[in-house]
Amino acid sequence: MPVLLVALWHFAVDLRWVAEGIIPSPAQVLRSWHTWIFGSTTAMLSPYSGTWLDNVAYSTRRVLQGFGLAAMVAIPLGLIIGWSRLAARLIDPTVQLLRPVPITAWLPFAIAVFGIYDASALFLIGLGAFYPIVVNTTHGVRDTNLLLLRAARMLGAGTITVLAKVVFPSALPSIFTGLRLGIGVAWTAVIVAEMIAVKSGLGYVLWDAYYVGRMDICVATMFSVGLLGFLSDRVIVWAGRLVLRWRTLEAHA
Amino acid sequence: MIEIEGVWKEFAKGERRVLALQEISLSVAEREFVAILGPSGCGKSTLLNMVAGFEHPTRGAVRVAGENIVAPSPRRAVVFQEPALFPWLSVMENVVFGPKAQRQPVVDYRRRAVQILEQVGLRGFETSYPAELSGGMRQRVGLARVLIMQPQVLLMDEPFGSLDAQTRMLMQELLLQVWERHHQTVLFITHDIEEALLLTDRVCVMTARPGRIKKSIDVGIPRPRAIEVTTSPEFNALRREVLALIREESEHAAMGSAGA
Repeated sequence: MPVLLVALWHFAVDLRWVAEGIIPSPAQVLRSWHTWIFGSTTAMLSPYSGTWLDNVAYSTRRVLQGFGLAAMVAIPLGLIIGWSRLAARLIDPTVQLLRPVPITAWLPFAIAVFGIYDASALFLIGLGAFYPIVVNTTHGVRDTNLLLLRAARMLGAGTITVLAKVVFPSALPSIFTGLRLGIGVAWTAVIVAEMIAVKSGLGYVLWDAYYVGRMDICVATMFSVGLLGFLSDRVIVWAGRLVLRWRTLEAHA
Repeated sequence: MIEIEGVWKEFAKGERRVLALQEISLSVAEREFVAILGPSGCGKSTLLNMVAGFEHPTRGAVRVAGENIVAPSPRRAVVFQEPALFPWLSVMENVVFGPKAQRQPVVDYRRRAVQILEQVGLRGFETSYPAELSGGMRQRVGLARVLIMQPQVLLMDEPFGSLDAQTRMLMQELLLQVWERHHQTVLFITHDIEEALLLTDRVCVMTARPGRIKKSIDVGIPRPRAIEVTTSPEFNALRREVLALIREESEHAAMGSAGA
């Protein structure tokens, strides 16, 4: 399938199905990408030469920070919303009202409050990742088997123990679903944020390259983001398998 | 030990209110092993849940050792029909869940856990996960994790109801052995006449909804008992007596529903 798509793309450019000079060919993109990664930073032939790793590092760091922040807030909050009916009534309506507001709509607000700094980007990334994590955690908590809660309580567990030792592990599969969705949103958010709110990272390169007409770099950026998103998702899936080994046993039973 | 006094239980079912239990009075002496025998839906599990502290009576009182029950406690440990083990914990971790939750010192409960696992025949399975065990073995873990709490009262809610016949027989024998060793006060819920007569000192037969206690029958069969007593003449006489009560009851229920 991917091979077929690349072939289609190659011939579309090669046979002039698309306007000449606008869409670069796969080979061009690959060459530019190569220079972008391995090119010398001192030879000033291309402003992008050799800057790939730095920009990837900027974006990845922002994603990890924003995502980490989101998880740190969203998981405990989801536990509380799912557990306490009072907390649900106090917090959940606000979450549900704000959730449909797209990240892009928060951009002006973020820049107004945090300025053209990292904080703006982190706010947007964190906010984007926050919703799927909090919603899935809440859902996981509410799905906890009543019998397990009763079992824990009759064995003398207090509320804190029940939350930490029963509700949390029981919600973990759902939490991991939230984390996977969250990291996806985080990569979307980092590109949007970097396009406007900061002056580094893949999103900044994408917008900059578009302005100066370097469509080859734009496409290479798209692939880079895709690759990083894919890799980070794999990492979460792998971590999930490691933590939820007991579930694979259940599936085989 | 257990005193149930004039207990009524009503449930709200949408707009309607359903009477589940009507005027139940029952007392279980210390070290007595009592069965509540009744058809499904008669509210026998509800009765047990109230002794456990999971539910509360609409009217009446439930006391254990003279204290009104307000919340679940390890002094009134429950073995559920579904083993309700924590699937993310190993057998050993499941068994020590209670002592750990109570912050007992490890040295105290570690040795007890090993002993109890030995008693219920789970040695060698300490590191297995519930998903790796058979239904009978899971129920052994369910029993072990409450025995380690050394409860005043053991509450068993059809604990062998979802096991196959052979495994159920083995578990009944195991429970008899365990009971001979500890002599706990036990309230045992079942719909199986033979099981009730084999295990317990007294069988309380319940009526269909709303649940009432129809009759309490003393099981005079001497202990220690083995599975073979189920073929003795006295056992058969008891079985006939209980059967007659239940038949009478189901005919009442059938007529009642035909008339309604």
